[in-house]
Amino acid sequence: MKELICIVCPKGCHLKVDEENGYQVTGFSCQRGEEYGRQELLHPTRVLTSTVRVEGGLHARLPVKTNGVIPKEKMMEAMRLLDDICVQAPVKTGQVILADILGTGVSFIATRSM
Amino acid sequence: MVDLIVIGGGPAGLAAALAAHEQGLSDILIIERDRELGGILNQCIHNGFGLHYFKEELTGPEYAGRFIEKLEGSGIRVQLDTMVLDITPEREVHVVSREKGYEVLQAKTVLLSMGCRERTRGAIAIPGARPAGIYTAGAAQRYANMEGYMVGRRVVILGSGDIGLIMARRMTLEGAKVLACVELMPYSGGLNRNIVQCLQDYDIPLYLSHTIIDIRGRERVEQVVVAKVDENRRPVPGTEMTFDCDTILLSVGLIPENELSKRAGIILDRRTNGAVVYENMETSLPGVFACGNVVHVHDLVDFVTAESQRAGAAAARHVLEGPAKGEAIDVKTGGAASYTVPQKLRPENIGKTVDIFFRVNRILGESAIRVEDEAGNLLARYPRERMAPGEMEHFLLPKVLLEKAQGRSITVIAEENEAVK
Repeated sequence: MKELICIVCPKGCHLKVDEENGYQVTGFSCQRGEEYGRQELLHPTRVLTSTVRVEGGLHARLPVKTNGVIPKEKMMEAMRLLDDICVQAPVKTGQVILADILGTGVSFIATRSM
Repeated sequence: MVDLIVIGGGPAGLAAALAAHEQGLSDILIIERDRELGGILNQCIHNGFGLHYFKEELTGPEYAGRFIEKLEGSGIRVQLDTMVLDITPEREVHVVSREKGYEVLQAKTVLLSMGCRERTRGAIAIPGARPAGIYTAGAAQRYANMEGYMVGRRVVILGSGDIGLIMARRMTLEGAKVLACVELMPYSGGLNRNIVQCLQDYDIPLYLSHTIIDIRGRERVEQVVVAKVDENRRPVPGTEMTFDCDTILLSVGLIPENELSKRAGIILDRRTNGAVVYENMETSLPGVFACGNVVHVHDLVDFVTAESQRAGAAAARHVLEGPAKGEAIDVKTGGAASYTVPQKLRPENIGKTVDIFFRVNRILGESAIRVEDEAGNLLARYPRERMAPGEMEHFLLPKVLLEKAQGRSITVIAEENEAVK
């Protein structure tokens, strides 16, 4: 039995996952929490947020996020992909900044217009 | 004469202005000192915002963007790069900007949404040398996420507030080594999920009941000394640990920014450092409303939005229907409850229910929130599995129960079930 704190929302439910019985989850208060508990032990994933260089905008950095979850172990590698990127303003919220991160099918998208 | 002047264009001001507009107010002006709207959300590039309000997980800039987009075409005016210098009890707003110089604007109602600022090293008097490399977590966040500067390579974080935890992860992702997060109290001031996804994900140790007792370095921070503290928060000799680091980030609390409110003569609550407010978020100055972190520091922007919408709608009603009426009763606190917002209720001015927010001053296990009247009669009881200082609590008090209250006050009591027996 593995104990986890759910990170799906700020409520922070205390989950218990039974690895020996088909990864059954208890202690959740929503379906997303149940799913998180199972995933976290089988194949942990995260949404990654960071910034890239932007020229001609109000600020020096443009915030970006992955438009889906990526495997937790690929986070550092995904971060390094952003190092060489420089975008030109204007940029729109949701615009793809880097498509298909490390073969995951997930992309980095802009999280603000600038 | 402007119907409503909103001071501060962060999440609170944006939600309030839009709510006032929806209630039928047309002449609304938002005054913002920065070059853009959105406030602190612009530097909070992480996700987790909007789960309550939008039912989806947004980053800070996305959350702000949703409200900024709604402003377009609404007719709500925005004045950026403009500093408010003074508000008078007659609701004259003195502002200065490069573009327009000094102006005095007259408002029918004023809404205070100036937010809060971080406590600094001076506020908590950390001993030691005064080299470069000591930042508040929020300042480091702005440098990293908006201005493109990395503030250090080897980092110790003092305080476990949410911004400190978020910055521990952010600095790690950007290639820094975060050596430790040090918390004076025996519990974290941040959300549980942030301890998991910002510290545990990256194997960053959290030292509870510890503090920094010395900072060393001539030009730049070179070392910090951390020690365990006893139950009176005094360092325990012999428990010192030395970290070689070049940066210290402080996440040691937020203070509502109420200089304008004080100068206007608005009554503040010493417990929240924000204005004392009525059920509709009106301050002690009639026609002046307040909402968001300038009233009390929130954990979730979603709650700021909800509170600000009530404040904005109330400001609109003040203009369109006249001032709120009714005798007020006080909301007092007992047990582990350390404050409430609102602090005053006018039952006449309440719809079906009133939402009461508070924090506890220690961690409680299975417990209950009790509401009693002056005679000690129990009006309502709300069970809770757990309450913690880092997580704001709230409950809906029905008006019918409030009307049963005897005397001029009610008391909100938070106690563990054990203590009740």
